[in-house]
Order: sequence, then structure tokens, then C-alpha cells
Amino acid sequence: MLRFTLRRLTWAVPTLILVTFLVYIALRLGTDPLQSYLRTNPRATRAKIAQYKSVNGLSSNYVLGYFHWLKNFVSFNWPRSIKGSRDVWPELKDSLVNTIRLGSLATFLGVIIGLLVGMFAALKPGSRRDVAVNTVAFLGISIPPYISAVLFQLLFAVYWSRWFGNTLFPTSGVYPPGHTGFDLFLMLKHMALPTIVVSIQIIAVYSRYMRSSLLDVLNSDYMRTARSKGISERRILFKHGVRNALIPVVTIAALDIGSIIGGLIISENIFDYPGMGVYFLSAFATGDFPLLMPWMVLVVASTLLFNLVADVSYAFLDPRIRLD
Amino acid sequence: MTEFATISPKRMAMRRFLSHKAAVGSCVLLAIMVLAVVLSPFTARYGVNQQVRKPPNTFLPPQKIAWFGTDEIGRDMYSRLIYGIRVSLVIGLFTALISTVVGCVVGAVAGFRGGRFDDIVMRVTDLFLAFPFLVALLVIRNTIGNISWLTAIIGDKSSARFVVFLLSIFGWMGVARIVRGQILSLKEREFIEAARAVGASRRYIVRAHLLPNSIGPIMVSLSFAVVGAITAESTLAFFGYGPQAGDGSTSLGILVGAAKGAVQSGYWWIAVFPCFALVLISLAINFIGDALRDATDPRLDRGE
Repeated sequence: MLRFTLRRLTWAVPTLILVTFLVYIALRLGTDPLQSYLRTNPRATRAKIAQYKSVNGLSSNYVLGYFHWLKNFVSFNWPRSIKGSRDVWPELKDSLVNTIRLGSLATFLGVIIGLLVGMFAALKPGSRRDVAVNTVAFLGISIPPYISAVLFQLLFAVYWSRWFGNTLFPTSGVYPPGHTGFDLFLMLKHMALPTIVVSIQIIAVYSRYMRSSLLDVLNSDYMRTARSKGISERRILFKHGVRNALIPVVTIAALDIGSIIGGLIISENIFDYPGMGVYFLSAFATGDFPLLMPWMVLVVASTLLFNLVADVSYAFLDPRIRLD
Repeated sequence: MTEFATISPKRMAMRRFLSHKAAVGSCVLLAIMVLAVVLSPFTARYGVNQQVRKPPNTFLPPQKIAWFGTDEIGRDMYSRLIYGIRVSLVIGLFTALISTVVGCVVGAVAGFRGGRFDDIVMRVTDLFLAFPFLVALLVIRNTIGNISWLTAIIGDKSSARFVVFLLSIFGWMGVARIVRGQILSLKEREFIEAARAVGASRRYIVRAHLLPNSIGPIMVSLSFAVVGAITAESTLAFFGYGPQAGDGSTSLGILVGAAKGAVQSGYWWIAVFPCFALVLISLAINFIGDALRDATDPRLDRGE
């Protein structure tokens, strides 16, 4: 087990380097960092340009340039952003915290509710409630997040106040404009709509996973064995059924947690929630290379890390998996 | 009856499909939509860019001269919706076809050959499936859009052809995994061994035995690929990176994207109708895919 994990970990580092190298090339070809620098600073002196190129590792040799950039990145000598020449880390950190807050809340709620709903449906397959759950889950999967977001905005930003005279849920930001300090209630109120939008899909997806996984387990031979031994129904369901049904679900959940960091772009954009998605979109629109690269590294690293967690947890939870 | 009625697997699948009521309804709905789109000279009431009323008489609510209301420069939403569905359906179908063909080839080779090629392909797909889809889409869009010799083949960044190409780059991976899994489980079966024993070539085995026997999962992933492509196109367009409305042509994504701005002012018809159409289409295709899965999976015998 430990050896398996360690071996996967030693593979993760070269993969991380390879993927960030590919990202580096893609960004240099796609956003042209030099051009976007000149666009913002049209009167930059030659020395300034040379300094910008050197600190970002923008030499014409991509391999050398990448390793130059990597050296600066690892030694935390990060270049300043093109627009406004700001420090990158504080901004990235704030976005990261905001996104993790929204993403973990939505994922947690979504997975729990989804699993419960899936269990509820799987206990009586083919019944009316099973059909109802299935249909609603289908609807949830078929609604892209931006559509539910736009419709929620329409409802809460416009019509709720028109009908009831007050706004129930604000539709943008983390706090109202001009607010300072920390206020949990206000924050939760602002997070309500984005959380709902993100978790609708999670609920739909996980209820389907859980339903089919639990149905597979309930129809397997060892359930019959357990029953024939005279174990109580409740114990069979939870000890033998749900626990085994969770194995595939856990690995999928690990992958989903890994994609939180970069995966909430749509909802964040619509609700003006200052997270990683908004950060990426604005940086990408201006081609701000110094802002984009650390973002990419974080997202790639989290993807790789949770890919690994998924593999390891699968091997750990299911003894039938051979580790070779 | 004294003897058993024998029916072919194809008929059996057909019968199972028809028993899925939601899917049959979805087929009818899609057929109506396709008909409306194909007959757009008759079904659309105005041209794509034709204004029902000249500004400043814009944002008319739904009424007799404009069933679904008009947009910010007075164009009829109903007609634009029909043109938008046309573009989205075409993009969805072509993307799904290309990515299914590529996915079948890659998945078949990976599953049948195994070894190093298999490892690499599966690692790459793992990574891409876990990486934020939209980010990968945007970055690769810019990257391949700036390669000039490629632009000559696949068109400008804002053309529908380019979007189809871009979405196909990502679309094949899901299909490849499914086909690979299918082939891995099929290739150990006796009839493949028998084919090998009589001296069939590898290519023949893949083409004549393995792929036809995987047709069910392939069809299912094809239908889900259509939904995926339509949704991805509208996501791109929603952020302004999709096919551009330069010549006034439109797509569902562009229409939904325009809703983002109109919502705050309370023009509900700008948002509700395109959103409803998009959800309806993806719901219908999802139902069909689900019914196809039920119909072609022999393990799911529901004892009829």
C-alpha cells in the first residue's frame, strides 16, 4: 500500500513538470505574453522589456525559458502582474480561499444530499419514487449551470423584490459593496445562490451514481449470504450494502474535489464571486502571463493530487484491486 | 402458442427502446425541432437580423407580432431561436460524429493492443477528464487559433468549423475509454478465440467482431456526445469565445449569453426561451441515450 502510494507520488512530480511545461507552451502560443505586456505598457523602455522577459522566462528557446521560469517560481521569486504590476500571490490566495469555501460547501452538501437521494431511490427500484428521483436527476443533469444561474438571477434579482418588496438572496459578490470586516451571516446569504447552482448538478450526478452502485451491490450474492445468516435488514443495508456501494462513489468524489479549484468558473462568473474562476477569466482576457502561470500550476497540481488520491483510495477500499 | 416466438436481438432492442416512453416522446420532440429547423424559411417568421420594430421600440414583450418578444435591437426572439437551434444542432452532431469515430479507433487500438500505447492514452485521458474542461478549452482554443497554417484548414477562431474541431479534440476521450473497456472485456471471449484459431487477422477481428459487438455502448456515448457538444458550445459562446455573431448568425449559446445582460433589467423572455430550448434539447437527447443503454445492454433484462 505504502509502496504503491510512494511510487505514484514519485510519478506525480515528473508529470507535474511535463504538464506545466505543456501549459507554458500553450500559454505562450495562445496569449503571447510579450504582446500583452506591450499592449498595457506601450511606452516601456527596452531595459524594462528585457527585465520582464527575463523574470518570466520568456526566452525564444521554450525549454530554457521554461526552466528559467520554474527556477523563479520555485524560489518564490514570482513576477508581478502585467496589469497594475501587482503582487500575484495575495490575489491568488484570496481567490483560492473564496473558491475553496464555495466549492467545499457546495460539494459537501451536494454529495450528502445526492447519496441520500440515491439510496432512497435504490431501496425500491422501479417504484414511483424511483421513477420520480430518476426524472428529477435527469432534469438536473440536463440543466447546464449557467442556465440555472441565469434563471436564479432573474428570479431573485428582479422578480423577488418586485413581488415581495425585499431581496432574499443577493446575486453578486461576497459582501455588499463597501462592506468591510467579517460577517458570517451576510457571507452565507451571498453564497446561497452560487452554492445551490453548483450543487444541483452534484446532487443529480451523485444520486445516479449511488443508485446504480447500490443496486449492483444489493443484487450481489454476498447480500443473499448475509441474509441467509439471519443478519437484520438494517445491518445488512448499512454494513454490507451502503459501505460497498460507496467504494466507486468515493473515488469519483476524490476526482471531483480535485477539480473544485478550477471548475467553478461558470457560477463564479455569473454571480461575480471573486474566486479562481473570475481570476482566471480576467487574467486570460488580458493575457496576463504572470497571473496565469501560478493559477495553472495550482490547478494542475490539485488535479494530479486528487487523481492520485482517487487511485489510492480505490486500491485501499477494494481489496480485490491488485497493486502492481 | 405452442412454440416460442424467436426474435432477433435487433428487434428485441428496438422493442425495449420503444417501451421507454420518455425516449419515444423525446424522439418525437427532436423530430419536430429538426423539422422546424430544416424548414426554417417557412417556420421562422423573420430573418436572423430582421427587426420587428426599429429602435427605440426594442425589448417588446411577447405579443402577436413577436411570439417570444424581441431583443435589444428589436429582432424576433422566436425566429432567432430557430436559427440558433440550427447552428447548435449542426455543431453538436458533427462534433459527436467526429469524436465518436476518433474515439472508436483510439479505444479499439488501445484496448486490443494494450501495452505502452494503451498506458499513455489512458493517462492522457485521465488527466484531461480531470482538468477543468473550460480552462483547457479556452487555452487550446487560443493556441491552435494562433497557428496560421491550421487556420487555413479549420477556419477562423470564430467560425462554426473551428468550434467543431476544438470540441472534437476533447470529445473523443470519453468514447475511447468506453470502447477500450468494452474491447478489453470482449477480446477474452470464446468467439474471438475461435476467430483467432481459424486465422483471422487482427484488423478483421476488430472490424468484424469487436466493434459490431460494442455498437450499443458506442451509440450511447454518441448520443451523450451530442449533448456534451451542444452544452460545451453554448458554454463557450456564453463567455464570448464561441462562434461569433459577426454576420448576425446565432447559436443557442449566443442567445443564452445575451440573456446574462438582459436579466438584471427584468426582460424575462430574453432569458427564459433560449434556456428552455437548450434544456429541452439536452433532456431529450439524454433520455434517448438512456433508453439506448437500456435497450442494448443485455444484462438489463427487465423480465418482459
